[in-house]
Amino acid sequence: MRLSWFNVVSLTLGFAFLYIPMVILVIFSFNESKLVTVWAGFSTKWYGELVQNEAFLNAAWVTVKVAVFSSTLATVLGTMAAYVLIRGGRFLGRTLFSGMIYAPLVMPEVITGLSLLLLFIGLGLDRGVLTVVLAHTTFSMCYVSVVVSSRLATFDRSLEEAALDLGCSPMEAFRLVTLPIIAPAVISGWLLAFTLSLDDLVIASFTTGPSATTLPIKIFSAVRLGVSPEINALSTIMIAIVTVGVITASLISKRSLVRQKKDEQQAIRTQ
Amino acid sequence: MQTAEFAPWEDPQQKPLIRFQNVTKRFGEFTAIHDLSLDIFEREFFALLGPSGCGKTTMMRMLGGFETPTEGRIELAGQDIGPVPPNKRATNMMFQSYALFPHLSVWDNIAFGLRRDKKSKEQVAARVEEMLKLTRLEKFSRRKPHQISGGQRQRVALARSLAKAPKLLLLDEPLGALDKKLRQDTQFELMDIQETTGTTFVIVTHDQEEAMTVASRVAVMDEGRLMQVATPARIYETPESVYVADFIGDVNIVHGKATASGKEQYRIDWSDTLPPLTATSAKPFSDGQDCHLAIRPEKVAISTERPEAADNVVQGTVHDIAYLGNLSTYHVALPGGTIIKAQTANTRRISRRHITWEDPVWLSWTATAGVLLAE
Repeated sequence: MRLSWFNVVSLTLGFAFLYIPMVILVIFSFNESKLVTVWAGFSTKWYGELVQNEAFLNAAWVTVKVAVFSSTLATVLGTMAAYVLIRGGRFLGRTLFSGMIYAPLVMPEVITGLSLLLLFIGLGLDRGVLTVVLAHTTFSMCYVSVVVSSRLATFDRSLEEAALDLGCSPMEAFRLVTLPIIAPAVISGWLLAFTLSLDDLVIASFTTGPSATTLPIKIFSAVRLGVSPEINALSTIMIAIVTVGVITASLISKRSLVRQKKDEQQAIRTQ
Repeated sequence: MQTAEFAPWEDPQQKPLIRFQNVTKRFGEFTAIHDLSLDIFEREFFALLGPSGCGKTTMMRMLGGFETPTEGRIELAGQDIGPVPPNKRATNMMFQSYALFPHLSVWDNIAFGLRRDKKSKEQVAARVEEMLKLTRLEKFSRRKPHQISGGQRQRVALARSLAKAPKLLLLDEPLGALDKKLRQDTQFELMDIQETTGTTFVIVTHDQEEAMTVASRVAVMDEGRLMQVATPARIYETPESVYVADFIGDVNIVHGKATASGKEQYRIDWSDTLPPLTATSAKPFSDGQDCHLAIRPEKVAISTERPEAADNVVQGTVHDIAYLGNLSTYHVALPGGTIIKAQTANTRRISRRHITWEDPVWLSWTATAGVLLAE
């Protein structure tokens, strides 16, 4: 199908708006010159320098640690929440709870960050890796919950009943039947939580301490002293990681959806 | 294919395997099961039959342990199973959707329940092979459920639910997803398997032909109540109510007033212009009582000339003919507008189908052909 010129223009404008800043950043990360805005030829030397920079490497390590722990914790909690909300039947306050699970999606990050900060101060927790992990778990859990509950909603309940009927305790039924079947959704939820944690600045800066500087915080503070090509290089790497994460997450859920569809069609055909 | 002497429900000495005692089930305001009592015996192939929403699936789910009765008690082999969770019950269920585990192979699906019983590897393997053989699935044991046909999936579901040798097997619309031809073949397979294994089967279905084919006894349900529980032949030939007569098979219902005209014989005045009908009934009717005469179409003879000796004769014109291949059903309009259906078997391949639309015809049946019902 050919697009009309109007559609071509609007598509170009839209994507230009979205991606030109990032493309510029990626291009200038390969700039020879120290001056960020002047092109002086292709080079990967800033990537080389980045590897030498201890402060950035430390920040990267902290970021990965935080992302792994918080996304794992968020996946466990988010899956549990989704399971109860979809499977728990009609208990008192179910609508309220399901609304409350999704509320952090639209809550301003500044407010989430501030309230967590107040909580940690109140509890007397030293701010550091632990508090950032907890904070990231809090806000990424709802994303996991959304992904997993949409899978659970289309899950044939009689599969679980069949497992019970064949002698499983409810826990075994979950472990042996439910979890393997919803695994793609759980994995894509984890990846989503991971990338969210990776690029979060606002909440991390509220809840972190001097011992735990994450990459986004490091970049932000470095930029205040002037943009260096090193930062461009670092940002490019982060864009790459996040892109891979998001694409993998969507591929996993899409593939399992396609397979499910195919199975269903095959089932109808072979009957 | 029950042997003639298999009728434990007629023997008062027999202890039922399942006993529903005044069971009521409510979902909020809605009463799904109304104070229902029912005995099902060992080795029976028992069918719960009714339209959707009649409560038959709720009955089955209570047996499986997925619902608990609001009132009353359900016994399995003399024990109250109300508080027993599904994983501790000696029952297994074959689900309408089959509920095969999509991530496991056919072999692992069948082994699933056995492994929960902490059986040794050899025992599990031996039992699975036995089940694969019983359901003729040996060739497909390594396949996943989505790699086999609907009929094969149905057999995997059956094998999986039979693997643990349950006291009672529950089948929820087991053949609903199969096409008609495959369904008929599978019905006979089910009956064979039921006989070979000696398991008690309870089947839920809305397909009356299926219930009639497979079951030793059929319970016809409507709105959470049992309308009649009897053998297929009794349900068909001596329905106890207009509902059952109408639900099972095709039937002509004539509404009239009964007057005794002999020993167990009644005259039925049903039309101002047409002569009264004669029917026998063991159940007494008082003179002038409202009654319904239910006559199966195949018991009504159709002819172009007035038959000589017949208890009931009416004349009409052919309104419609339904040709089914093996049978033809004639819809005959009587002078008052009433339509009576008559069915004949097409026993000859090339017969002169001498009756056609708008032909004047005679319908006749004997006094014992119909069942006289009060309601």
